[in-house]
Amino acid sequence: MTESARPRKRIILGAFLSGVNHHTVWSAPEAGSQIAFSSFEHLARTAERGKFDFFFLAEGLALRERSGRVFDQDVVGRPDTLPVLAALAAVTEHLGLVGTLNTTFNEPYELARQLGSLDHLSGGRAGWNVVTSFDAFTGQNFRRGGYLHRDDRYVRADEFLAATHRLWDAWGEEAIVADKESGRFLRRPEDGTELGAFSFQGDQFDISGHFTTPRPPQGRPVILQAGVSPGGRDFAVRRSDAIFSPYRHLDEAQEFYRDIQRRAALAGRAPGEVKILPSASFVLGDTEADAVERHRHIARQQVTGQTAQILLEAVWNRDLSGYDPDGPLPDIDPDPEGPPVIQGRARLHQDAHQTVAEWRALAEAHDYSLRELALHVFGRTDFVGTPRQVADLIDAFVQNDGSDGFILGSHLTPTGLDEFVDRVVPLLQERGALRTEYTGTTLRDNLGL
Amino acid sequence: MPPSAPSSPTPSSYPLHLAVALDGAGWHPAAWREPGARPDELFTARYWADLVTTAESGLLDFVTIEDSFSLQSARLDGPDGRTDRVRGRLDAVLVASRIAPLTRHIGLVPTATTTHTEPFHVAKAIATLDHVSGGRAGWRVQASRPAENPHFGRRPVGHVQYTDDSPEARAFIEEHFAEAGDFVEVARRLWDSWEDDAEIRDAATERFIDRARLHTVDFDGRWFRVRGPGIVPRPPQGQPLVTLLGHGSVPYRLGARSADIVYATPHDADQARAVVAEIRAAQEEAGRGEERLHVFGDVVVLLGETRAAAQARAARLAERAGEPFTSDAPIFVGTASELADTLLEWRSAGLTGYRLRPAVLPDDLEAVVGALVPELRRRGVFRGTYAPESLRARLGLPRPANRYATTAR
Ligand SMILES: Cc1cc2nc3c(=O)[nH]c(=O)nc-3n(C[C@H](O)[C@H](O)[C@H](O)COP(=O)(O)O)c2cc1C
Repeated sequence: MTESARPRKRIILGAFLSGVNHHTVWSAPEAGSQIAFSSFEHLARTAERGKFDFFFLAEGLALRERSGRVFDQDVVGRPDTLPVLAALAAVTEHLGLVGTLNTTFNEPYELARQLGSLDHLSGGRAGWNVVTSFDAFTGQNFRRGGYLHRDDRYVRADEFLAATHRLWDAWGEEAIVADKESGRFLRRPEDGTELGAFSFQGDQFDISGHFTTPRPPQGRPVILQAGVSPGGRDFAVRRSDAIFSPYRHLDEAQEFYRDIQRRAALAGRAPGEVKILPSASFVLGDTEADAVERHRHIARQQVTGQTAQILLEAVWNRDLSGYDPDGPLPDIDPDPEGPPVIQGRARLHQDAHQTVAEWRALAEAHDYSLRELALHVFGRTDFVGTPRQVADLIDAFVQNDGSDGFILGSHLTPTGLDEFVDRVVPLLQERGALRTEYTGTTLRDNLGL
Repeated sequence: MPPSAPSSPTPSSYPLHLAVALDGAGWHPAAWREPGARPDELFTARYWADLVTTAESGLLDFVTIEDSFSLQSARLDGPDGRTDRVRGRLDAVLVASRIAPLTRHIGLVPTATTTHTEPFHVAKAIATLDHVSGGRAGWRVQASRPAENPHFGRRPVGHVQYTDDSPEARAFIEEHFAEAGDFVEVARRLWDSWEDDAEIRDAATERFIDRARLHTVDFDGRWFRVRGPGIVPRPPQGQPLVTLLGHGSVPYRLGARSADIVYATPHDADQARAVVAEIRAAQEEAGRGEERLHVFGDVVVLLGETRAAAQARAARLAERAGEPFTSDAPIFVGTASELADTLLEWRSAGLTGYRLRPAVLPDDLEAVVGALVPELRRRGVFRGTYAPESLRARLGLPRPANRYATTAR
């Protein structure tokens, strides 16, 4: 194969505070709080030291439950996304601040104000990862309950974004004059409309009035999207600057990359305009053998026997607590149509029967126990090796169009990223795949948008 | 003397509490044109950081930050279209969060609306502010004006105004405050939905939390149902400070039932006495007679080194504004020493503290910090240093027991 003549892509990196998921090893002696601001501050400062593009937070609006009981085996609880990001703006200068926020259980006026405010308060570093979780379980915490039909999740999301753009544009570009002498504080929009006036009518929203927050410094905060159904992909190429993707194996990632480029072109976007950023994790060692051993140890802490049962329950949709993790896979069939056993976690919309058949074949071929199967499927870390090997893997993945970068998490809160920044970042910088200095001040500048 | 609950602060027996209400360039409509004003920075973090840092240098109890889902307006029924006054605001909860890491002691009390928002979202935001600030968070509860309804499109466009004295207006106010009451109740339950020691990190039993110490809140009311538990562990203060501004019986009753501080706007000592009496009676009625509930006076302050200097400032501002300055709260124009006299006089009528609204920022904030605070200290009624304590503790409020906690375990 010949090297393509195009210049090396600069890798985009986000840092992700692992909290509420089985990847976080909370039992390690060095594991810190997932609530204390000092944890967020440590990780954000580390990411900025490594010249990362942004800091990233996920969202879950209800505590996860298993058969009606709150999960207790993983980290439970997290602080609210926007206040944490606003506080992080005080302790960082360049790092983008991206929050995952749902379009179903929010209203455009309020969220556009909050994101616009975050953009002002951070000097143009706000980003929004748009998600569309709609489940009735989460809805029980909100005024309208689980009112939204699954098929309408992207209808609402699309209107939400359209309305939000209108709100961000409601104040003219340079609306604030603040001329003490003449006594003029505001400039009306050129078109003679009233300052802040907006109106939006759709299936989901019929809103109008006056917006209270001046246009965000970035014009529009950066939009990410997470959701890979055909509807999600089309929404992404229409509305987003980047996609938070779940595809971490090169072949499926390349296929996703090509599919998005194709859809983006149809939507009139320029090549490369929609960035693709899978979540990823890493384990480093001084030698490859070290790294592999360390990974084995970490994976077994992540996928305990109980966690293995729960991970499989998400597909079986049956209570598997009676099955020995060290015994064979459950012999019963999955029950995808039954009432949900696991609640409050973004649902994987896959064919349960097919997945179970594949897993059975895998277990058969390798003589896997229930837990070993779970370790095989869920206990994986994307990049395991020496710092140089990990740098090579990351760079190759991006240069071969598996993605445009990664959103990196670690099993250890909040210090897990330290060694990546100390040992891998310099190697990526050496070969020109990562910036050595920030050149702009906004998240758009960081991402080259 | 008004009937005063045993543990509620009585005049003179407690330190005076002082808060400052921050809004835009100050509370005077012409404030932004003053020489020291920074009108082109109102939407920057630096501006707010400077104000709050100044307030902290004066050892003030807390700052509040105004907010609303509608543009500031001289009219009650919607925007006035004026371009010669400050319009627009940033989200107050996020401003407070942005300032939290830059300050250490001062309380941060942003405004958050109860009418169109989700109790679940507001409760987790204020809880998070409490975590981020290490126990310095509060909330100024506010119901929306009807003009905000079309911004959300989920309630009929309303025409009644708070200031009407029609039966419709009274019904509207009752309803909005009833919703606010339910809203505060849900927030308080969500803050308690995690017991303090719910996170156990017990590796031996593979349990991160003890799920018996998490609780659903199962609120079912006229405006919303909320199941819970919350997603944020119990805030450091247990219950962040809940405060609200009232101008009449309906909000006083809500405050007496649900708040830790009621801000009121008496214009003299007699009015102060009457307001305090009404709130204390409502407090008894709500079964909270044993609890400490603060009644603060809201006062707009426009200060000068001499009374003449203050009056000259007031005249200049009025001329610039093209009209006399009016406010729901009393407007004090004079020296810091005269202001201290007034504050102490009204305090004898039962007020336990004040929320001062600087007419001009930063000028009147600097005068509060540089002249009023030293004057109050000379008179022995204001702290000389911050104790390392939560905002509740500073206000003499206990860390509340958790309503869901089972006693023995
Ligand atoms: C990588 C990735 C991360 C996600 N993170 C979140 C999250 O933090 N919170 C959430 O509510 N949903 C999250 N989702 C769920 C999606 O936004 C969406 O609700 C769900 O995937 C349905 O969209 P789809 O059918 O297009 O996949 C995530 C999805 C993906 C692919």
